[in-house]
Amino acid sequence: MDVATFLIQCLNSLQYGLLLFLVASGLTLIFGIMGVINLAHGSFYMIGAYMAFALAPLVAATFGGGFFATLLVGTVLAVLLGYVLEWVFFSFLYEREHLQQVLMTYGLILVFEELRSLLVGDDVHGVQAPPLLAGTLPLGDMMTYPVYRLFVSGVCLALAAGMWFVFTRTRLGMMIRAGSTNREMVQSLGIDIKFLYRIVFAAGVAIAVLAGMIAAPVSSVYPGMGNQVLIICFVVVVIGGVGSIRGALLAALLIGAVDTFGKVLLPSAAGVLVYVLMALILLWKPNGLFKTA
Amino acid sequence: MGEILLRGRELTRRWGGVVAVDRVSIELERGQVHALIGTNGAGKSTLINLLSGEFPPSAGSVELLGQDVSAWPQPRRARAGLGRSYQRNTIFPSFTVLENCRLAAQARRQRAWAWWRDANACTDTLAAAREAAARAGLADQLQYQAGLLSHGQKRQLEIAMCLATAPQVLLLDEPLAGMGAEETERMLALLAGLKAGHAILLVEHDMDAVFRIADRLTVMVNGAVIASGSPGEVRLNADVQAAYLGGGHG
Amino acid sequence: MTPKTIFLLGCFAALALWPLAAGPYGIDLVTKIMIYAILALSLELLVGTTGLVCFGQAAFFGIGAYAAVLLSPQSEAAALWWLLPACVAAAGLYALAVGALSLRTRGVYFIMVTLAFAQMAYYVVHDTPLGGGTDGIYLMMKPAVGPWLDLDKPLAMYGFTLACLALVFAFLAVLLRSPFGRALAGIRINEQRMRATGFSTYPYKLAAFTLSGAMAGLAGFLFAVKDGFVNPELLSWHLSGAVLVMIILGGLGHLRGALVGAFAFALLQEFFQSEAIFGAAAKHWHLGLGLAIIASVAGLPRGLVGLPGQWRERLMGRAGRRGLPAGQGR
Repeated sequence: MDVATFLIQCLNSLQYGLLLFLVASGLTLIFGIMGVINLAHGSFYMIGAYMAFALAPLVAATFGGGFFATLLVGTVLAVLLGYVLEWVFFSFLYEREHLQQVLMTYGLILVFEELRSLLVGDDVHGVQAPPLLAGTLPLGDMMTYPVYRLFVSGVCLALAAGMWFVFTRTRLGMMIRAGSTNREMVQSLGIDIKFLYRIVFAAGVAIAVLAGMIAAPVSSVYPGMGNQVLIICFVVVVIGGVGSIRGALLAALLIGAVDTFGKVLLPSAAGVLVYVLMALILLWKPNGLFKTA
Repeated sequence: MGEILLRGRELTRRWGGVVAVDRVSIELERGQVHALIGTNGAGKSTLINLLSGEFPPSAGSVELLGQDVSAWPQPRRARAGLGRSYQRNTIFPSFTVLENCRLAAQARRQRAWAWWRDANACTDTLAAAREAAARAGLADQLQYQAGLLSHGQKRQLEIAMCLATAPQVLLLDEPLAGMGAEETERMLALLAGLKAGHAILLVEHDMDAVFRIADRLTVMVNGAVIASGSPGEVRLNADVQAAYLGGGHG
Repeated sequence: MTPKTIFLLGCFAALALWPLAAGPYGIDLVTKIMIYAILALSLELLVGTTGLVCFGQAAFFGIGAYAAVLLSPQSEAAALWWLLPACVAAAGLYALAVGALSLRTRGVYFIMVTLAFAQMAYYVVHDTPLGGGTDGIYLMMKPAVGPWLDLDKPLAMYGFTLACLALVFAFLAVLLRSPFGRALAGIRINEQRMRATGFSTYPYKLAAFTLSGAMAGLAGFLFAVKDGFVNPELLSWHLSGAVLVMIILGGLGHLRGALVGAFAFALLQEFFQSEAIFGAAAKHWHLGLGLAIIASVAGLPRGLVGLPGQWRERLMGRAGRRGLPAGQGR
């Protein structure tokens, strides 16, 4: 493998890892704050990707907008979807045991899959990157690298930084963190905890949908993509360690590297490698890389 | 000086930057009730957890019946004769009182390999269970569902489960918590009866009860021991009066 | 004779008599359901008894199935007496390995780790040449026990499966009232108290996990022998999810719940897949199933088995329950 190819694979690993981190962040956000394990989180990613495909012509016809307009519309719709979903479904899950949450959100996956099947069908689709980002950057003498992939990495980093900022530096973030550790206290301070949870959930959904939308030009749009990303997110969380954001980032980047280089070097075993990585790390550190408390 | 059954030497436990327990040494003698008192957050629960083995100490050692058990996990210490009751109830609510005690007694002779045997056919385990329940004053409630007992009875059951394994050392974390006057009397009588043959560590907030039943008293503040001795001595200790009992307590 | 025993005897009697009333499709369907019942019973040991929510049971099922095909000689019928234990052992070994690594984690993380390890097995079978890829592999000759029992015959297969189901059920019933079983029940309710009393809980959980995996392997073996064909979908997490639904639908904490749940789930699937009822919409049967899963988990907290109790409570109110002798729950 020459230097340029190696560099390309590194950039690909980075892009994939950061995307995984973004999706996993949404999952752990909802789990960490509200204590709900949401298997349908992968479905939101899938919904985002299909939105990028299905909304583009609608947005073009109505507003005359392109890719970025579609992203905006999609994000707004996602926030609305998250808000309504929390209100009619997820708010009833907070008090329930994990097993019940797992099964009810599993049922939700089936519902989402079929609704997608009814509305948009089961075909695999490609989505074009917007002309602005469709170019390539030169890497060395002969190789080039797609600008769009750098854009994806950039967006993921920006969103992660934004989340960090909101959580640690704003009053809203403070209220959210307080609400996760002591629900009653926050309520007695006059803060509407229900509204807070709804916002957090909507944010989690929006993150997953947005991730799916920006991933669409890179990974194409296919029915099983939601479930696939969900399970990899689980591996991210397990490897990273209980409740650790640092761990999740490191784990996501590790998985990105193992998966990307694995596909190039050992294509027949590529699917298994991530899990082998997980098994090895669990052997070494039974509770993941970093453990908080 | 009686036989020392449990000894903690210079026990220290740090969580990140916080020192929860700071070089605490404590000894439990057979036939004595050693009470541990202190304000909230003084480190009493952490100390009990270090002694029972729920987590290892950052420094210091624990000796049980003359053996260094600092590296032993909790179940192993329990099997070696260290019993523990909790501040919140850890009984099994959906089992009967008898089954609660029987399962606890089973820890002594676990017989996990005998998959074909009925657990209730093990007569010595059942006998140990009945005896423990009787000592804790629950002989008439054996068939009651544990979750439906009164609070005082649940605390009694918590002690019974402790006794079912025939321990030599008892670590009791606030056994009187939430009890009314009559229930407290019953529990104190129970504890007095347990003195002979056991070494008891009692963490409690009820000062009257502590001064009635304790043979030794240790006071903790901010993770460290500020006084230790007979109840009379400790009561007169100026530091203790200032920090905990309040100046006028006589 | 308690109501529970009568119910169980009735179930097994009905199952024994079913082939007299049913045609080939009915026999094949109930054989499949009984196999799923064995799978559900294996998961009940983990989830209902020990409180370990495993989302990867399909892996052990699939390994048992694939072992049956891969270990069978190509040109002659394998002898049942070694093939069956070999498949059960293969599944049990993977369960031992997965359990050893996963049981150090707790709660949701345990659920995630078990799912991930199941996916690992899925990808080994799906991607590598070992498993024959997405097309699956055929079992050329079904195993036999000498001249008396040829599992190629549907009726023999039905009877053998019923016998296995009865044996597994009886074994678990005995196991659950043994000291080991009682310890597992205690671990589910309060593991901390068990540890404080002197039980080293990790070996108990690992033993339960391995046993559960081995039983799931038995179910997988039966499945491979019945259909003569295995493919990677046997290890898919959708099957893991389905088994979880079965035991919660039937009623957690009761062995007969696994039995009832397997039948109820299979019937639900048949219902939603039925073109006679739904016409063209039947191909979107996942929608109905998903909604049914949500509804049953939300509305049946104690499962189908707990329905009589639920109704009784609503009619009688809670008065009179205090101080009554309690059962040990099975």
